[in-house]
Amino acid sequence: MKIFTMKLFASTAAIAALLLSGCDLPPQETVQRGYRGTGMEAVYSPEALEEIIAANQVPAAIPAVSSEGPKAADIYQNVEVLGHLSVGEFTRLMAAITQWVSPDQGCNYCHVPGEGFEQDTLYTKKVARVMIAMTQNANQSWGAHVGGAGVTCYTCHRGNNVPEQVWTIGVPPRHASGHVHQMQNVAHQESSVFASLPIDPFTPYLLEDGVARDQGNTALPQGHEASIQSTEHIYSLMMHYSDALGVNCTHCHNSRAFGSWEESNSERVKAWHGQQMVKQMNNEYINPTNAWLPAYRQGPLGDAQKVNCATCHQGAYQPLLGANMLADYPNLGSLAPAPTDLVEEAMDVMEEMVEDAVEAIEEMESASLEQDDSASGEAH
Amino acid sequence: MREYQNIFTQVQVSAPDYPGVPIGEDGRNRTKGIVHNHLLGKLGDAQLGPIYLGTLGVFALITGALAFLIIGMNMLASVNWDPVQFVRQLFWLSLDPPGPEYGLSIPPLNDGGWWLIAGALLTISIMLWWARTFRISRNLGMSNYLAWAFGAAIFLYLVLGFIRPILMGSWNEAVPFGIFPHLDWTAAFSLRYGNLFYNPFHMLSIVFLYGSAVLFAMHGATILATSRYGADREIDQITDRGTAAERGALFWRWCMGFNASMESIHRWAWWFAVLTVITGAIGILLTGTVVENWYLWGMKHGIVPAYPPLEAAPVLDPMMEGAQ
Repeated sequence: MKIFTMKLFASTAAIAALLLSGCDLPPQETVQRGYRGTGMEAVYSPEALEEIIAANQVPAAIPAVSSEGPKAADIYQNVEVLGHLSVGEFTRLMAAITQWVSPDQGCNYCHVPGEGFEQDTLYTKKVARVMIAMTQNANQSWGAHVGGAGVTCYTCHRGNNVPEQVWTIGVPPRHASGHVHQMQNVAHQESSVFASLPIDPFTPYLLEDGVARDQGNTALPQGHEASIQSTEHIYSLMMHYSDALGVNCTHCHNSRAFGSWEESNSERVKAWHGQQMVKQMNNEYINPTNAWLPAYRQGPLGDAQKVNCATCHQGAYQPLLGANMLADYPNLGSLAPAPTDLVEEAMDVMEEMVEDAVEAIEEMESASLEQDDSASGEAH
Repeated sequence: MREYQNIFTQVQVSAPDYPGVPIGEDGRNRTKGIVHNHLLGKLGDAQLGPIYLGTLGVFALITGALAFLIIGMNMLASVNWDPVQFVRQLFWLSLDPPGPEYGLSIPPLNDGGWWLIAGALLTISIMLWWARTFRISRNLGMSNYLAWAFGAAIFLYLVLGFIRPILMGSWNEAVPFGIFPHLDWTAAFSLRYGNLFYNPFHMLSIVFLYGSAVLFAMHGATILATSRYGADREIDQITDRGTAAERGALFWRWCMGFNASMESIHRWAWWFAVLTVITGAIGILLTGTVVENWYLWGMKHGIVPAYPPLEAAPVLDPMMEGAQ
């Protein structure tokens, strides 16, 4: 009987250990972020925090160089998005990008050795150009989301050719041929954060124009329609937000009223702008690169690997825990002046020169007339 | 009666086979075999059988088994008939109701049709089982407390899977057949309709549910604690109140200031159990049909406390004009 009891205790302990293995062990640290009693708090596992801090260290910056001197576009050929940089800045950024994106392959990841740097032979170079413009655009136009810290290539790449966390349009797992798979209820899916929720919450909200809000704004029904199915999609997307940032729901929401903006933190507004930003990145920058991508860089439906929250955040509530890497690489802070602007600028300069010339001629003419007058006066 | 002073069942009666009271014509519905099992006696009665099946029981089992089979086969189809994956993913797998695009129409079999059929078969099975509880209690000369209590639970089941989806005009509103999926449905349902915690009938249902658990523990503990004085004859003691009933009553009178009687405690228990599902069903029935957002409904009726603003500048909906 004693042996039986001991075995019972041992197996119970083993099962309990197995069940708890997915949890962070206590103690947890709780930070109150809202009014008492509302549960608006951040919960951290100090143990997990150490890992997060270690994983979010910023690499040492290459010493800054002068922005004076000849422009990259004047010296090199076929420089589209970084032509406005000085040659020094341009070379420095190329070296940094190599460290960030292809530390193993070096320059040859984008440039063919022996061939001119201007050649667009490799798809990687063409993608890099689009990605640089995407980064510049994020910093220039999406201050509402990335403001304060900004983004660089490293924010996502972290030394990888392709950021570790990307997504492609979902396909159902293997199922019987006559069965219509519901694209949910699949075990062990990172995309649904291991729940039985929809396995592709990204396509509707981070690629298409799905609006992630389902609650009606009135106490009583007034014709607002939203299915439980679409609520489950939003639920799955929100699980992704939460997982990607390493935060719980109350980082943005007061859980008593998920839909209410008045009850929410300003982080929720940031997240909303983030969704719009990611949607633009996926549609205007990433999808067009699909034309040159090799099949091994595409998803099962032949689409490009896209961005979601985890691509940058990688488990941190702010990517790289809010470190401002952009300050070291201000060249990524804004888009290159558009070519049309250059032409206009040139036109303006020419107009000014012409005006100056006309003025100079007029001055010279009037001066010579005066001279003539005085000369004639003297003569009189 | 020291045997009762233990948290597990200690007494096991060894008795000759007992075929049960004669019930006339319906007696032919009963099986003949009787088995005695010591381990069963640890949990309940050591005698197994004769079992009463009857037409209702047989058809309830057949329709229930068919529903179970349809659900299982659909789950198996979703993992390409792979038994390993079926076991590995069982808690995630589901037979889902038709998508919202189908409304109340009949969808193709493989896109929600099987859900309708499984639901219909399960409903028939449950209704037959209800009729069976009614008939057996009549056969035994009992009243129908059990049948009506079971009926209350069936009402909640029908509201969730049949009545409310019809009122909402979409099968998609109904609950999927799956372990995690039905829990996701519950969470999504509350999120969609603005937080079910502000639904007063949900509040009542929780009160009765937790109350049922507390009452069950209080009653079980009281009877076990006074069984050495004959509380095991609790129904006798309704009218013929002995020292067991007196001591139990005194305990609660001294402890809480008020006590139930041997009769009323069972009525408390029955009503708490029945009201859990009836109030729950009303709460579900009102959601989406007459109330769109329970949080806003609660604001309107003054049951939502106001808290100081979270931040100095009010947080505004970025999609509203002029907010950003």
